[in-house]
Amino acid sequence: MSTVRLTGAIIIMAVVTYVIRLLPLTFFRRRITNPHIKAFLNFVPYAVLGAMTFPDVFSSTGSTLSALIGTAAAFFLACRGRGLLTVSLVSCAIACAVDIIAGIL
Amino acid sequence: MREYIRGLKDGIPICLGYISVSFAFGLMAARGGMSLAAAVIISMTNLTSAGQFAGMDIILSNGGLLELALATFIINIRYLLMSLSLSQRVDPKTGTLKRLVMSFGITDEIFALSMQRSGDITFRYFLGIMTLPYIGWSFGTFLGGFASALLPELIRKSLGIAIYAMFIAIIVPPAKKSRPVLNIILIAVAVSAALNIIPVLSGLSGGWKIIISTLAAAGIGAYIYPEKEVRDI
Repeated sequence: MSTVRLTGAIIIMAVVTYVIRLLPLTFFRRRITNPHIKAFLNFVPYAVLGAMTFPDVFSSTGSTLSALIGTAAAFFLACRGRGLLTVSLVSCAIACAVDIIAGIL
Repeated sequence: MREYIRGLKDGIPICLGYISVSFAFGLMAARGGMSLAAAVIISMTNLTSAGQFAGMDIILSNGGLLELALATFIINIRYLLMSLSLSQRVDPKTGTLKRLVMSFGITDEIFALSMQRSGDITFRYFLGIMTLPYIGWSFGTFLGGFASALLPELIRKSLGIAIYAMFIAIIVPPAKKSRPVLNIILIAVAVSAALNIIPVLSGLSGGWKIIISTLAAAGIGAYIYPEKEVRDI
């Protein structure tokens, strides 16, 4: 791809992404009062996170086994109320350990 | 200033998650023959994962610019929902210029985490929470492209779970406290899993899968549980 075309491509990606993000937040100032729409918008973040995490998390590491054990560890720690960073780093370490052990066996 | 620092702190785990994901982006770009500068500029101007990966694929395979625009639009259309959802929680006094800045930082993770705060979301807080993830996203891309051989493959691969583990840590506490939230998450997961398994649908891009799962889960939730004040959970 030529530099001109590449530059054009990057500008297109950046502009399209930014316009989508700015329209509602910048121009929609009204508070929504409809209880269904309010509930819908309140539920969006949870739905997004659920859909993004599963089933993709199971193929996020070197093997399905390490991903499963890493996921279980994340659930265990999250249930016990650990912080985001702790949960994240510990499940990485566990997934890595599982892959190392599986490699040796 | 206190608001900004609170945001900064909340952004640390997102930043770490982003470094590992953008590292992979930089790595892929380097392997595909894209210049390091181009990869970093894409990360600095887009700040989005799925959209960038898809966009880079199209660029490297010499796809058309219309295809690129369309793919970017479809994958990122979920931000429209998030931006609308955020517009209901932002401090109403926030001016247009500040909103323009905040808009740039709307990503799945920054959005989801900032929504966990009780009360209005202020400009300073949001600026704080987007700062480190932005730096991490750009720097991670640079690292991935520059030193693709820096980390052993084993460690690089296990970093992939970082972002998902963080998501789990975000959703578990509210799901434990609120039955509606738990049900919405379960519906979203079920739909997302179905979209990955059903043969005809599994060809859909990741962005579409997220859109469909979100619309289904939040839609069913809004129908069954109107006016649930989820924000207070």
